[in-house]
Amino acid sequence: MNNSNIIMRIENLDKYFGGLHAVNSVAFDVEKGSIKSVIGPNGAGKTTMFNMIAGYETPSNGHVFFNDILITGKKPWQVAEHGVLRTFQNLKLSNHMSVLDNVLLGWHSLGSAGFLDGMFSSPLSRREEKKAKEAVFPILEWLNILDLKDSEVGNLSFGNQRAVELARALASNPSMLLLDEPAAGLNMHETTDLAKRIEKIRDQGRTVLLVEHDMSLVMDISDEIVVLNFGQKIAEGKPSEIQKNEEVVRIYLGGDDA
Amino acid sequence: MSPEQILQYIFAGITVGSIYAFVAIGYNIIYNTTGIINFAQGEFVMLGGMISFTLSKFMPLLPAIILAVLITAAIGGLIEIVFIRRMRKSSVLGMVVVTIGISILLREAALYIWDEQIRALSFFTGTEISSVNILGARISPQVLWVLGVTSIIVGGLYLFFKFTLTGQAMRACSENSRAAKLCGIKTDSMVNLSFMLSAGIGALGGCVVSPLTQTHYAMGTDLAIKGFIVAILGGLGNPIAAVAAGLILGLLESFSISILPMAYKDVISVIILLIILVVKPSGLFGSKQASSLKDF
Amino acid sequence: MKRYYPVIILFITIVVIQILTFVTGKGYMLTQLTMSAYYVLVAVGLCMVMGYAGQISLGQAGFFAIGGYTTAFLTTIDFSDKAGTAIYKLLDTLGLLITKETLYGDTIMHMSPWVSLFLAVILAGITAYLLGIPVLKLKGHYLAMATMGFGIIIYRLVLGTKIFGEADGISNVPSFTIFPGLELSGDFSTRISNYYIAWLLVIAAILLMVNLINSRVGRALRSLHGGEDASDAMGVDTARYKVIVFVIGAVFAALAGFFMTHYNGGIGPSEAGVGKSVRYVAIVAVGGMANIWGSLVMGLILNFLSLRGVFGHFDDAVFGVILVVMMMFMPEGFIRIAVYRDIKSFFHKILNRRKVEKIKLEHSHE
Repeated sequence: MNNSNIIMRIENLDKYFGGLHAVNSVAFDVEKGSIKSVIGPNGAGKTTMFNMIAGYETPSNGHVFFNDILITGKKPWQVAEHGVLRTFQNLKLSNHMSVLDNVLLGWHSLGSAGFLDGMFSSPLSRREEKKAKEAVFPILEWLNILDLKDSEVGNLSFGNQRAVELARALASNPSMLLLDEPAAGLNMHETTDLAKRIEKIRDQGRTVLLVEHDMSLVMDISDEIVVLNFGQKIAEGKPSEIQKNEEVVRIYLGGDDA
Repeated sequence: MSPEQILQYIFAGITVGSIYAFVAIGYNIIYNTTGIINFAQGEFVMLGGMISFTLSKFMPLLPAIILAVLITAAIGGLIEIVFIRRMRKSSVLGMVVVTIGISILLREAALYIWDEQIRALSFFTGTEISSVNILGARISPQVLWVLGVTSIIVGGLYLFFKFTLTGQAMRACSENSRAAKLCGIKTDSMVNLSFMLSAGIGALGGCVVSPLTQTHYAMGTDLAIKGFIVAILGGLGNPIAAVAAGLILGLLESFSISILPMAYKDVISVIILLIILVVKPSGLFGSKQASSLKDF
Repeated sequence: MKRYYPVIILFITIVVIQILTFVTGKGYMLTQLTMSAYYVLVAVGLCMVMGYAGQISLGQAGFFAIGGYTTAFLTTIDFSDKAGTAIYKLLDTLGLLITKETLYGDTIMHMSPWVSLFLAVILAGITAYLLGIPVLKLKGHYLAMATMGFGIIIYRLVLGTKIFGEADGISNVPSFTIFPGLELSGDFSTRISNYYIAWLLVIAAILLMVNLINSRVGRALRSLHGGEDASDAMGVDTARYKVIVFVIGAVFAALAGFFMTHYNGGIGPSEAGVGKSVRYVAIVAVGGMANIWGSLVMGLILNFLSLRGVFGHFDDAVFGVILVVMMMFMPEGFIRIAVYRDIKSFFHKILNRRKVEKIKLEHSHE
């Protein structure tokens, strides 16, 4: 693996909750423009990992570097400004806002118009609004939610809400997407669509880090997989290697969480 | 300041602090079962004083007080059934607004019934000029009544929550209402009981302090904020610590009067509130972890 | 352009109301309509804080009082015997001292209200900023109590401090000559111009806020309402945004306090009371929380009726009932459900008829 090709380096992350060692010295790299998945049984520490990367939790030990910049210890909005965008397992949308406004919110970190610009509708503000809309409409169209742009998000179906969340993340033109169980709550058909979309996102040159329970989805689209169990990394490799890994097979067949 | 004077201030502080504690205990009981801060808590104290005052004209003091406590408890229960129960799914913002609205309604109703006059229940023993001498400080026997009733309430609540089935069920509701429901606890009636209990306790406090501090239809707002300061100081959800916090605030206020103009007394306590909220919102006696688990 | 239509309608309505009072000979109502405008200004500011950004504030009356008392205090100090002092010289060279004759024929010199306007806004802004940084980290009940605590501090300070007139407040506040011929005062002869001063101020505020709501910052603010995780994840500096919108709300309240004080010729402690803060919250709640127009309409109606004494002894009770009923049965507000949607669809129709071709572009050329 070529060093310059690595977009995110995770070094010996630890997280303790009281006496619980939720994440235990986990380290791995993420290659630029790849899809990397983190899998493992419930309670393996996947979401905690995500929260630490995105700035929602501070690691007890260890570092995360993004493009060689240390991002651990930064606040979520600062991590987002670096171009690392996350989605949430149980959707965090602004339900009272329209689809368009939600997705435009995703564009936030690319703009710079402040309070006074907004209040006086300054040229900068108007220029940015136009730019944001130009950036966002193709995304809405691609995800088939352009027709819904004026609907309140709270009234949409779950599948559409997932699409809005993805659109919002893409609107910020992220170099890296953290997707937290994006297939949860989707039907088979929607999951197939999602797989295609994630691959397309990678083909646009973005990096995807994925936490997912749906094994067939993970095996289909991942370039590399990291397996966590009880907070420890027990395997890392290509899907074909992971499928052959004895310990992984034992956990997934022996466990109750396949 | 002479030692007698200091003692005088201490007793004054304890008296005021006890009223604050009554309000704070009320907050805590309701907060524990519902997660709501009931802004109308101060009004229960006012109602206790007012109702017992009116009743005492027709009957001896003791039955008047008991009846007043029961009536106020019933009002508390009614408020829960009519207003709070329908608001289950509402936001915290909504809850704040509704309980503020209820407090206004109770206050306006009191203004309508009892007008703007200041009332005072007669002293339980002796008159306003009788006093007991404690270590050289002359204090009203009513102060001893206040202290006695406060201790009984605190002790009673402790036993109730610790040893009775109902008390334990109420605590279960506070820790995890869904789990409590699954265990067959009727959370609805527990919430109702908590409103009745805290209204009754507030009313009892209102009766005991009425001879000393008097009762006025608009006294609730100040008590509400002071009680909240005390509840926060003690750590929300902890009725016993509220008493300690109440006494601390009472003493602080009492001594601040000797240095600062009377009008600024409230400023001191509110500044304490702001400092506590910013520095240690879990309260003096609370643990940070416990408070961060609670959902605001 | 579409978003400005309601502002134009508001302006027309204001003119129509004035003409109506003139035609029907009820010009005296302009006084209450003017005062209502200032209360509406507070409500509009609170609407941004509470409705859009989701942060409750029970301290708006405190900011109103900061505005009002700052100017009342500063413009009632007589400088005529302070000729040697540095501040006198400074104000004099800048031409900011105004000479007036009192009823008894004495000459007094007072500071120009322009100075106090500036100071009132700055003071309220700084106070809100310093208060907001720690306090807006709190949520729900804690935030409500903390802001209410701030309101109580201001109330007690003005009530207990001699230079603020204690229970009597400060009276004899001079009128404010905005420019020659246009005077902010309660004088009978300036009733109509003052009505327009007040409402143009409201319109200006609404214009700014309508722009803000539809901007990058506005979306970020609105996203705070449903919980901050989403805003955080999208790169919104939530803490900073909350503080700034709190400052905006405070400045609006202080401006209202400033204007009202010069209009009334004085201010008393009741304007700083918690009861007033609760009223502002009630108005925003009944107006539909996240709806600036709702706050405006309900603020106008309720304040006007209240000032006309329509509610009689039940004045406070009315606001209590409003709070309870609204939150229980229509937490989205009265305006939003009943009226707002209809008006919106009405305009939509008119608009569609006009520019059928341009319909697809309506969002890129607002």
